This record gives sequence, C-alpha cells and structure tokens, in this order.
Amino acid sequence: MGKHSIFHSDTPESDKIDRLVVLPFMKSVDIAVKSIRVRFFRSLITTVSLVLAVSFLSFTQVGSDMANGLLSTGDPALRQALIRSGYDLQPVDMRVENSPKQRWIIVLSLLVCVVGIVNAQLMAVTERFREIGTMKCLGALDRFILRLFLLEAGIQGLIGSSAGAVIGGAFAMVNFLLRFGTESLTTLSWTQAGLSVAGATLVGCMLSLIGVMYPAIVAARMQPVEAMRVEQ
Amino acid sequence: MTDSRKIVRVTQVTKSFKLGKLDVMALKGVDLEIAAGNYISIMGPSGSGKSTLFNMIGGLDKPTTGKVFIDEVDIAQLDAYELAWLRCRKIGYIFQTFNIIQVMTALENVTLPMTFAGMADDAAAEKGIKLLQMVGLGDRFQHKPFELSGGQQQRVAIARALANDPAIILADEPTGNLDLNTGEEIIYLLKQLSRERGVTIISATHDIKMLNVSDQVVWIRDGRIDKIENREELSISIGQINTIPGLGSLSEA
Ligand SMILES: Nc1ncnc2c1ncn2[C@@H]1O[C@H](COP(=O)(O)OP(=O)(O)O)[C@@H](O)[C@H]1O
Ligand SMILES: [Mg+2]
Repeated sequence: MGKHSIFHSDTPESDKIDRLVVLPFMKSVDIAVKSIRVRFFRSLITTVSLVLAVSFLSFTQVGSDMANGLLSTGDPALRQALIRSGYDLQPVDMRVENSPKQRWIIVLSLLVCVVGIVNAQLMAVTERFREIGTMKCLGALDRFILRLFLLEAGIQGLIGSSAGAVIGGAFAMVNFLLRFGTESLTTLSWTQAGLSVAGATLVGCMLSLIGVMYPAIVAARMQPVEAMRVEQ
Repeated sequence: MTDSRKIVRVTQVTKSFKLGKLDVMALKGVDLEIAAGNYISIMGPSGSGKSTLFNMIGGLDKPTTGKVFIDEVDIAQLDAYELAWLRCRKIGYIFQTFNIIQVMTALENVTLPMTFAGMADDAAAEKGIKLLQMVGLGDRFQHKPFELSGGQQQRVAIARALANDPAIILADEPTGNLDLNTGEEIIYLLKQLSRERGVTIISATHDIKMLNVSDQVVWIRDGRIDKIENREELSISIGQINTIPGLGSLSEA
C-alpha cells in the first residue's frame, strides 16, 4: 500500500496496537448504569422475579438459622414448638436441615427465576438490536457488547438480589419473632444469618448472569446489517 | 481533486440473498472506483441495490463474489479487530433512520466512537462539542435524541460520523426521512464537509437534490451500474430525468 494509505503503519507490531479499538472498563460501567437508569421499568421487570426467588431462598435459610438458634438452647418446649410449626425433627436431630421437599421448592423457584430472566433479557436484547448494530458500526467489538450486557445484568442482579435477600431475611425474623418471641433473636447466630443473606445475594447474582448469558451472546454475535434491518 | 488515488475499489461484486428457496440477486456484478475527496451519489430507484452496495463498501456485509478494496486493502482479508478499527476510524456511517443511540445524549453519541478509538474523556468531550457546533447544534449537546427533530438527529449523526476524522463518509438515504428543506440543509452540510475536510462522501439516494452537489453520480439499476456521470455531464441528465421511463420513481422522491 502507498504512503498515503489510511492503513499506514511501519511495522506489523505497531500495526496491531494502532488498530485496536478499546472500551475502558469504567466507561463500560458508566454506559451500563446509564442504560439501566434510562430503562428503569424494563430493568425492574427483569429484576422482579429475581427479587422474589432470592427473598424466598433467604427466608428459608435465615429461618433455618433461627430454628438452630432455638434448638441450641436445648429447651424441650422450644423443640416441641418448632416441631409443631412444621420442622421435621427426629429425636436424635440436633440441627434443622432443609427437608428434601423444601430443597426441591427452592431449586424450582430458582429455575423458574432463571427462565424468567432469560425471557426478559431476550426481549430486552430484541428491543436493542438497532442500538447494538449502531455500536458495531461505530467500531464496537463483540466483546464490548457482551461486557455491557453482563455488566448490566450483574448490577441489576446485585441490587435485586441484595434487596431480595434482606427482605426475605427480615420476613423470617418477623415470622420467628411472632411465633417464638424475643428468644428467637437472642439465640440467633448473627454471623450465620449474615452468611445466609450474603449467600442468597451471591446466588441471585449468579442467576442473573446465567440468565443473561445466552441473550448477550446472541446480541454480541449479531452482524451489524442484521441488527439494523430490524424495523423499530 | 488533485489527489486522485482510488480510495474505494469494487471489483465484480455480486450479492445474493436467500429468500426461502429463492435466490435474490441484489447486485449482479458491480465494478466501481471512487477517487479520494469526491462527493459521489449512488442513484437508483428503490430496490435497485443501493443499500446492498453501501453495506459492501462499508464492510458491514460480505459480497457473495468479488472484492471490495478500501485504500487498496481487501476488506475480506481483515480480521474482526481490524474490521472494527476500520469502522471506527476510517469510515463514518449515516443512515436514513439516523440511528442515534436513544439512551445517550447528543454529545455522548458523538464521543462514543472517540472512546472506542482510545481518546481520553476530556479531549473527546471537547472535540465532540466542536463537532456539534460545526453541524449547528452547539447549544444542544446535552439533549436526548427524543428531544431533537429528525433534521437535528441527522446532524448529530453527521457529527458522530466525523468523530474520528474518517477518510470516507457513507450515507444511505440521509435525506430519506426528512422534509424537503431539512433534506436540502443536510445535503449542503455534507457538501461543505467534503469541501472543507476533504472527506470522500458516498451517498446512496434517490433524492435528485443530491445531483447538484455531486462530483460524480453512479446510476444503478436492478443490481447493475447503468452509467457513471461526472459533474459536467450531469446537467443533461437533469433535463431528461422525467422523460426516462425506467427512472420514473426518481422524480417522486
Ligand atoms: N437481507 C435481504 N434479504 C433478502 N433480500 C434482500 C435483502 N436485502 C436486500 N434484499 C433485496 O435486494 C434488492 C436490493 O435491495 P436494496 O439494496 O435494499 O435496494 P435499495 O437500497 O436500492 O432500495 C431488493 O430486491 C431487496 O428486496
Ligand atoms: Mg436502501
């Protein structure tokens, strides 16, 4: 190529560096946050099922923690009260475990939640075909698009699932307070409860990311012409 | 133009689309050379293959057969990174539907390609404001697209297309969604840019207002180049335009 060439560069190395398009991480976060804020209601819809599923998870986990706290007192009256309120305790059991039925319900609710997220995100991605195509015309790489969607889902997931986990945990506490009195709070291991809430939040974030994976890959792989052809 | 190097070269390009079992040939063998710095209009009725050719030249789609060279580089040979770089730095795109990113302000739209090109935020904002002033939107840079009229959105798109000082601006029916006067303003803005900045402008259109400003007009019909006319020869066609039966649809634009 001639010396006027728009592809000018001297060595193959400088060539590669010259020709790299970039999107700094903080800039991606910035765009993702803006995107969530502008599409607040769409984001809310995507997040609602997550909030519900995570709060259910947090509710059962914190509930178990509180039941364990009560059990650790060794008070047979409390043990009876727990059995009466539905905990399936054998005489040898020193701890409350999730029953298989409970575990099954948790897994099911999380599964439904992921399907809901995939569905909502696929719709969100379809609404944004043109935006994605435009970004690609401006030089965006597939992975910029992927990163933007993952960041959005991560942020939504973090906010939604921490809200859900706190709400679920609070409900569990209110529930125990009403049934077993203040003793349920004084015997509770707060570290354990904290871990349960944090664990539920983490699970929620993972679900949010898993749910967006497929839609985000579809979006990122899209050729600009396909994306722009969609009438919107 | 003193600099007559060929910035775009299209050789024997065909493009077919599958429509069910049918093969639609949108381009049936196009050869075209475009000199740097010119204002080129690709004219033809709706469905003649203008957008298809636009996508080929812009590296947005691949030809079925044939080659497209941008500055003597075969773009089929570029990898994903180089292609992105080409779209980011060397070509600016303008569309009929403006395609302003709806969630971003005018300024953010203009600075996005600069961010991709690695420019720092401050420098990008400064340059973005300058570009918006240049297209006559100096006081609107914080506006969201829905607060702007069609003509204003197209101006944002023009400023955005210029973000990284591209060598080529590709415009697909830039006036297609605009009223007569606004369309004319956009055409003259593009012409002014090509003159002042030496950008090569390639515009697909069926808007005969474009004829006045073009250095060269490529008439395309049914996926083939009908004829290529330079500025001097054009006045004749303008006189005849309404009498050419095959191009009747042009006068409706
Ligand atoms: N993605 C596609 N799939 C099928 N046919 C297409 C596609 N894109 C364009 N065509 C066909 O190719 C021809 C040329 O289209 P196009 O380049 O859009 O014309 P113009 O821009 O001049 O109006 C038309 O017949 C159109 O129907
Ligand atoms: Mg078209």
